[in-house]
Amino acid sequence: MSQKLSNAQIAWRAAQDIADGAYVNLGIGFPEMVAKFQPPGRQAIFHTENGVLNFGEAPPAGEEDWDLINAGKKAITLKPGAAFFHHADSFGMVRGGHLDVAILGTYEVAENGDLANWSTGPKGVPAVGGAMDLVHGAKRVAVITDHVTKDGKPKLVKRCTLPLTGVGCVTRVYSSLAVIDIEGGRFVLREKLPSMSVEELQAVTGAELVLPDMIGDLIAPEV
Amino acid sequence: MDKTVPDLAAAVAGIEDGMVLMVGGFGGSGAPIELIHALIDRFKATGSPKNLTVVNNNAGNGRIGIAAMIDAGMVAKIVCSFPRSADPRAFTEKYLAGEIGLELVPQGTLAERIRAGGAGIPAFYTPASFGTDVAKGKPVAEFDGKSYVQERWLKADAALIKAEMADTMGNLTYRKAARNFSPLMAAAAKLTIVQATNIVAPGEIDPEQVVTPGIFVNRVVEVAGAKQEEALMRDGVAYA
Repeated sequence: MSQKLSNAQIAWRAAQDIADGAYVNLGIGFPEMVAKFQPPGRQAIFHTENGVLNFGEAPPAGEEDWDLINAGKKAITLKPGAAFFHHADSFGMVRGGHLDVAILGTYEVAENGDLANWSTGPKGVPAVGGAMDLVHGAKRVAVITDHVTKDGKPKLVKRCTLPLTGVGCVTRVYSSLAVIDIEGGRFVLREKLPSMSVEELQAVTGAELVLPDMIGDLIAPEV
Repeated sequence: MDKTVPDLAAAVAGIEDGMVLMVGGFGGSGAPIELIHALIDRFKATGSPKNLTVVNNNAGNGRIGIAAMIDAGMVAKIVCSFPRSADPRAFTEKYLAGEIGLELVPQGTLAERIRAGGAGIPAFYTPASFGTDVAKGKPVAEFDGKSYVQERWLKADAALIKAEMADTMGNLTYRKAARNFSPLMAAAAKLTIVQATNIVAPGEIDPEQVVTPGIFVNRVVEVAGAKQEEALMRDGVAYA
């Protein structure tokens, strides 16, 4: 594959679908990058599991307040209109359907919406954090991911082989090659790189792509 | 009705072998480092308490706090959602050697189990973990066409909590995001022990600002200038 979106470009594309005023949870790591690419004029309110709404960027080095961190244990700052709350309220916001969007990373995502993003198998120390809660309750659960693994295997699959995070929970996939909705247990292609044919995309996707009449071009600026 | 105690040793008295101990905090935010270290001091002096089950979001970081309890050999089992950290050696080494137990609980389920424990709700249903390995062996039920997993309450013999301000009746406030699990744990433990940066007379905390009402608190000890986990990590402190 000669061409694909960078992680930053995938994050940029996902950010374009976040409405002004949306309540959003971004998973630890790669998904945090989405916050940088909010379109001008729109302001999302970011939620973090450990009890903060409406946090902002990291403070300058040396100015961290370690009572003010996000779920990834990184120092954050507050925006005007921020709120603190305890963990049970925080996950009530999650499971209670109050978040508009949750954006997560993934190892595998299946055409039936199953997500596997917490464990690569029985070795080592297992750790789940809030992922199993986050995939339930947000109005949209999106994943951002490379389309294939480092050794070229599809990450979009017929059925997940790794331990599941949640069943039938993902509604949209932003990959390095395409934007795909999960509807009725199928991958529905919404956008693809213009330089790539549908056949080429299908060849690196582990389940059949449903092709609607309109398939948009996936174009992201250099970011 | 004065719940203050004179020092840290008095604060952690009565925590005995085999107890379930909840420890507030999420990473270093809200971690009651001084109370934990007072418990380690007692263990070093007397060999007790040991065989503890520790409930926290994490399983310790570096060589301080919960990690130092594990290093010292006081902990039989950890109940947490995420036993990884910047420096998870203490837990990881014992876990891989089969010397410490782990009950892995999704973070929201952990919070709700503790909340239920404090609120007298023996079980509840949650969508989290349905269809995953974590739900194996747990009852499931369908409500309005969707499947849920039954989870049980979680209670403790004692809880160690860090507050910002306490009055002598045990009413508490917390600093910034440091409250996290602490209000839930304070309610779910039989013996709730609080270190507060500042202890004031009743009435000096506006009742509208109280986050944890004193009914959930048994003992309060003042620890001005409490250490932050991240600062101790930066200075390379090892406590055990």
